[in-house]
Amino acid sequence: MSGFPILSTMLLVPLVGAVACLKVEAKAARTIALAATLIDFALGVVLWLNYDIGGAQWQFTERAQLFAGFQWALGIDGIALLLIMLSVFLMPICIGASWKSIDKRVGEYMAAFLLMETLMIGVFSAQDLFLFYIFFEAGLIPMYLIIGIWGGADRIYASYKFFLYTLLGSVLMLIAMFWMANEAGTTDIPTLMAYSFPVAAQKWLWLAFFASFAVKMPMWPVHTWLPDAHVQAPTAGSVILAGVLLKMGGYGFIRFSLPMFPEASAQFAWLIFALSMIAVVYTSLVALVQHDMKKLIAYSSVAHMGVVTIGLFAFNRIGLEGTMIVMLSHGLVAGALFLCVGIIYDRLHTREIDRYGGLAINMPRYAVFFMLFTMASIGLPGTSGFVGEFLSLAGVYQISSWVALVCTTGIILGAAYMLYLYRRVIFGVQAHADAAAMPDLDMREILMVVPLGLAVLWMGVYPESFLAPMRKDIATLDARLAQAKPRGDANVKMGPLKVAGAKPAPAVAAEGAK
Amino acid sequence: MDLQHSLWLGAPEELLSVAGLALLMVAAFAGDKASRLISILSVAALTVCAIMVAPELCSGATSPDADAFNGLYRADAFAAFAKLLIYAAAGVTLIVAPSFFDRLKAMRAEFPLLVLFAALGMGLMVSATDLITLYIGLELNSLAAYVLAAFLRVDDRSAEAGLKYFVLGALASGILLFGMSLTYGFTGGTSFVGIRAALTGPMSTGAVFGVVFMLSGLAFKISAAPFHMWTPDVYEGAPTPVTTFFATAPKVAALTLTMRVALEAFGAQVGAWQQIVIFASLLSIVIGALGAIGQANIKRLMAYSSINNIGFMLIGLAAATPRGASGMLVYLAIYVAMSVAGFVTVLLLRDENGDAIEAIADLSGLSKTRPWLALAMASVMFSLAGIPPLFGFWGKFVVFQAAVEAHLVVLAALGIAASVIGAFYYLKVVKVMYFDEAVDKVRGAGELSHTVLLVLSTLVISPLGYLLTRWLGHLADIAAASLFHIA
Repeated sequence: MSGFPILSTMLLVPLVGAVACLKVEAKAARTIALAATLIDFALGVVLWLNYDIGGAQWQFTERAQLFAGFQWALGIDGIALLLIMLSVFLMPICIGASWKSIDKRVGEYMAAFLLMETLMIGVFSAQDLFLFYIFFEAGLIPMYLIIGIWGGADRIYASYKFFLYTLLGSVLMLIAMFWMANEAGTTDIPTLMAYSFPVAAQKWLWLAFFASFAVKMPMWPVHTWLPDAHVQAPTAGSVILAGVLLKMGGYGFIRFSLPMFPEASAQFAWLIFALSMIAVVYTSLVALVQHDMKKLIAYSSVAHMGVVTIGLFAFNRIGLEGTMIVMLSHGLVAGALFLCVGIIYDRLHTREIDRYGGLAINMPRYAVFFMLFTMASIGLPGTSGFVGEFLSLAGVYQISSWVALVCTTGIILGAAYMLYLYRRVIFGVQAHADAAAMPDLDMREILMVVPLGLAVLWMGVYPESFLAPMRKDIATLDARLAQAKPRGDANVKMGPLKVAGAKPAPAVAAEGAK
Repeated sequence: MDLQHSLWLGAPEELLSVAGLALLMVAAFAGDKASRLISILSVAALTVCAIMVAPELCSGATSPDADAFNGLYRADAFAAFAKLLIYAAAGVTLIVAPSFFDRLKAMRAEFPLLVLFAALGMGLMVSATDLITLYIGLELNSLAAYVLAAFLRVDDRSAEAGLKYFVLGALASGILLFGMSLTYGFTGGTSFVGIRAALTGPMSTGAVFGVVFMLSGLAFKISAAPFHMWTPDVYEGAPTPVTTFFATAPKVAALTLTMRVALEAFGAQVGAWQQIVIFASLLSIVIGALGAIGQANIKRLMAYSSINNIGFMLIGLAAATPRGASGMLVYLAIYVAMSVAGFVTVLLLRDENGDAIEAIADLSGLSKTRPWLALAMASVMFSLAGIPPLFGFWGKFVVFQAAVEAHLVVLAALGIAASVIGAFYYLKVVKVMYFDEAVDKVRGAGELSHTVLLVLSTLVISPLGYLLTRWLGHLADIAAASLFHIA
């Protein structure tokens, strides 16, 4: 595989598809979009199969001096690989979700989505500071159009809010990037990850990056754009927003804030913990009282992202690994939940929870899948949600038992609002005739939810597949953070593993062996 | 430094003068029938001039070899960069103007000549290394510009634009002259080299006033806040091809002139003017952004956008480094491309009678009725807002990078945060075109020349423009180096 520019190809395929979609009518545009996303998914699979676990830190690297001031530098590590996989896995499903529900301006819609895919892969594979920024920011344009053109009633307000909020967060990061490039004399991300910036400056740089990533994440109190954007976006827009775009914030922390400013990260960990604790408890409570299904899931996303951020700033491998799994899991589960909402929205054209009820009777297959994703969102053992949340909370427990305590209540609250949602929509009496007459899943919808369900179970039952590619990169990051690691209050003392016969969870084994 | 050498260096200006005078004769005898021919010949003259100055840029001509007429005039790489942009912008104006004026039966043979003489004046401005040359160039350009603004004599708005431009322009010239006389009085010279030499060490109060007044006069010409008030009225009232011209060529000329005055004549006293530039820069960004929000006319919106963009360019001047100057030149080049794309799109907006559409509300749903035109306009708007991956981002990128390298981090942070306010009104135009219901007012088809210009300029501001960055950055670096050569 060496020599073939597979990452550039993965960027190019959707881009070409996007341009092609602009010129053709609806039916051809759908086919082109599906083909382009499937090709990219196939390339993603090739990428994963050829990824050398435990090999060089940066693989599939490409360098080209195309521009002044920055270069076309691509390359991935295990962390980026998994997030790219998440993106290319969700994209065909998104196209499928829009197959029938989008009937106006299909060509432009598909073009916007394919452009989105290019930019997402670009964000995760960029190895140049400014190339990253360009991909990171450019995503605003297609998302703005997707929300604004194909969104719901209040779409214009939501699109503005989404755009301006995220833009304001990002521009300060750009200034910080200028300063870093000037100080370090390079824009190469791997070099910068090992560069030690003066501690006094780190504080400002960290805050500038925080301004951007916290909005993208989103963290309380700058999360308010998310419920608006989600509710107004079309189904596939919500899937991509929750599935991948939110991960850019977490990826940013893991790629920039932590390795580049370890001391500042340790200094500001209290801030992250405080905001995350508020996010987990507060947004869970807000989710409990929502009448709109999408809004409920949007608030639950904010709560889950709180678990991501505490795991990130746990400064240990178990927490970082947990964070990554929560991100991947949330990408699948939140995406799937939005898809489930979209499926019944297409039938009844309302997201009001009260308009549904008793769907288990007329839509049994739907009820099964919805149950699976609900349980995964709660974090039931056997699903992906459990693995991530367990690792993340176990990691933060080593640093602060209070944070772990407060955030664990989030899981209980999560069970409360998700089960309450499930009860109201799926169980109970069939109060409305139109809801009772809805047909069950058709073939297209089954094809969309089954892969998601399988992935959720795979990650829940055998997370090693997902932990293995990134274990070495997490270890590198952990070693980098060791110099700044704050002392924990829990004083956990891990003894050697005593039972040789029993096979413990792989991540815990790795932590114990350290 | 004999006369022959001087004449050789000043050849582009001489050619433009001769061509202008000769074509004036043609216009006098052949009348308005010949206006198209004169336009074509004028474009040819501009093209020849561009070919003549290009080698100066590529070879990086600097003082003293580039000095002519005993230090009154300098044909260095910096001037060549600016002249190329000016000639290109003037050429675009001449290409788009005939069809616009023909429809109104107002095409006159004087139009291309006025543009030609304005270009001549601007060429002198950017090559000026003496206060006298500076003023002659500036006034030659301004006189032509006043007439151009009022070119549609029967249109009240155009007449009003011309009058406003004239009255306020004369005031600004007066302020500039006052500053020049103070500078002359306190330094004893009019040449930039002499002023620079006299201004080393502590400055007297009078000289500081000279600097302040000169920069105020120049701020008017580049429409930087707080001297921006004329811009929206003139942009709106002037015929659209003339607005295209105002938004591009004079901006390039006045801004490069300001750079030369600030960095060369007052280059030894950066502290004296840096605060003024920072103030004008931030104020322009904010006023340009806030003023644009309420606008309903696309040309007025572009006027506020130009104020906003000038503010960003001034950040590069505030840095007072070669990198800053180079960044400004790159930004200027991109800004010219964005303005051309924007105004050619505006020129293509016509209803079924062929009348111009200027109200933003009439663009509603343009993406459904004219998708490619809407795409071009959206590219211009996102580009002006500086959102990557469009090329407008690169202009902001280079000036902010220069500011950070010059340790003006706070200025850069404030400026870029204020750019988010600006993004709001650019988004508004995109929203009207893409999100609102179609009114289907835009009907008219454009001429081939318009379409070609639009496609070319849109390609430049599209992400493909990034492939130009190395080449553009290299040329801008050469130009900036020649500006700083004396230092």
